[in-house]
Amino acid sequence: MGTASHLIVIGGSWGGIQASLSILSALPSDYSIPIVLVLHRLRNTDGDLNSIFEKKLLLKAQEVEEKDNITKGYVFLAPSNYHVLIEKDYSFSLDVSELENYSRPSIDVTFTSAADVYGKNLIGILLSGASKDGSSGLKYIFEKGGTSVVQDPREAEVSTMPQSAIDIIPECTVLNLEGIKEFLFFLHDHRTA
Amino acid sequence: MKLDNEDLFEQEVEELIQEIHTHYGYDFSGYARASVYRRIKRFLNNQHLSTIGELREAVFNDSFYFESFLQEITVNVTEMFRDPSFFLSLRTNVLPILSTYPFIKIWDAGCSTGEELFSLAILLKEEGLLERTKIYATDINQKVLKQAKEGIFSASNIAAYTAGYYASGGKQEFSSYYLSNYGSLKFDSSLIKNVVFYPHNLATDSSFNEFHLVVCRNVLIYFNRQLQERVFTLFDESLVNLGYLALGKKETLAMSEINKNYNFVDKGNRIYRKTG
Ligand SMILES: C[S@@+](CC[C@H](N)C(=O)[O-])C[C@H]1O[C@@H](n2cnc3c(N)ncnc32)[C@H](O)[C@@H]1O
Repeated sequence: MGTASHLIVIGGSWGGIQASLSILSALPSDYSIPIVLVLHRLRNTDGDLNSIFEKKLLLKAQEVEEKDNITKGYVFLAPSNYHVLIEKDYSFSLDVSELENYSRPSIDVTFTSAADVYGKNLIGILLSGASKDGSSGLKYIFEKGGTSVVQDPREAEVSTMPQSAIDIIPECTVLNLEGIKEFLFFLHDHRTA
Repeated sequence: MKLDNEDLFEQEVEELIQEIHTHYGYDFSGYARASVYRRIKRFLNNQHLSTIGELREAVFNDSFYFESFLQEITVNVTEMFRDPSFFLSLRTNVLPILSTYPFIKIWDAGCSTGEELFSLAILLKEEGLLERTKIYATDINQKVLKQAKEGIFSASNIAAYTAGYYASGGKQEFSSYYLSNYGSLKFDSSLIKNVVFYPHNLATDSSFNEFHLVVCRNVLIYFNRQLQERVFTLFDESLVNLGYLALGKKETLAMSEINKNYNFVDKGNRIYRKTG
């Protein structure tokens, strides 16, 4: 069983790899909140994305295996061609059901499932991308009392994804990458377990 | 304690699962819940139902309705040559060993609509083993078994399937295996002339034969650990000594009791061999 009470879920598509690398490589290896990263990627490709993150991060990067416990010190990457779901006992489930928004893994699927488990203790961050995936999941996080953060579309490599989230969640927090890093450091320093 | 909507929903789902077991005999109690919740919400949405109460009424009044609910819960999504590296590994690491047996028996458990089964059959044919192989194709869901028997798949995925076939070491023209017709592909039925189809529930049914290879991919991800353990024991009982077990790319024996009796043939592709 996983234990940590908070969770950060990050989604990105086109431009999302660079953006998430920039954020996550700034975080220390003992970062206090576990992180799940859902990036759109090519189907049936192997774990090369994982090795990029392994190399660049102080945190440990790991592709989700089914039933892995959600633990701090890790960035869990959604594997290619699977949706990632979150169980009540803070472990992962994988799912090969239909594509959502033409995507598997889909950001909406993970955001929604995580919001049902973590509620107000969930922080969702949506980055650059040329897709609409993620915005309704981010909205759901907001409705469940969690925190919704969107990368500033003016800074994003492709603005479609962050902009469509802002369009449906006017209350979300819009930050550039520097701002997102600062916010994550703030959470690291102030999180009460 | 006040229950919020989500807690209430989950409680009602537990009751529904119990009633389905009593009423229809299908036991979903060992299914991992995150996917069950998601599929039920999706089903409610698609059927324009607003409560579990309405769903219960529909499901218990009408067994056809229950069938469509079953479809939704069991997630039948599949593809041909999913993870081509797996099929390539099967071709190069496993089939040459199986070819030393005079007669080969394979169990494709959770075969869904048959895309995986036809992929296996094509491999066996190209390695010259199809004639002396019997495949048992099983699934909890009778409707998908019927579709599997027909071997008709949507043509919309043909590019991915063709690429998957060649990446799996395919030796022919992929198009020689099917006839294309109005957006669908009808696969050569001689590929499955030695296949028998049975409804079999991994959650409740027992071992029914001995096999040289058991293929069960992307089914166990939907089960909790306890049910997974049941299924692993079932597979262990169903494998000959030195038999092979192939799981999905993200499934593992690591946590299982039977793990100690199995070695990796191909770790990345989750192919195991029983040591006996
Ligand atoms: C996602 S599909 C996997 C199909 C194929 N093996 C693949 O990897 O593409 C899961 C299949 O498992 C079947 N299944 C679910 N629960 C089962 C059970 N208790 N016993 C047997 N089959 C089951 C479903 O009906 C479905 O066809």
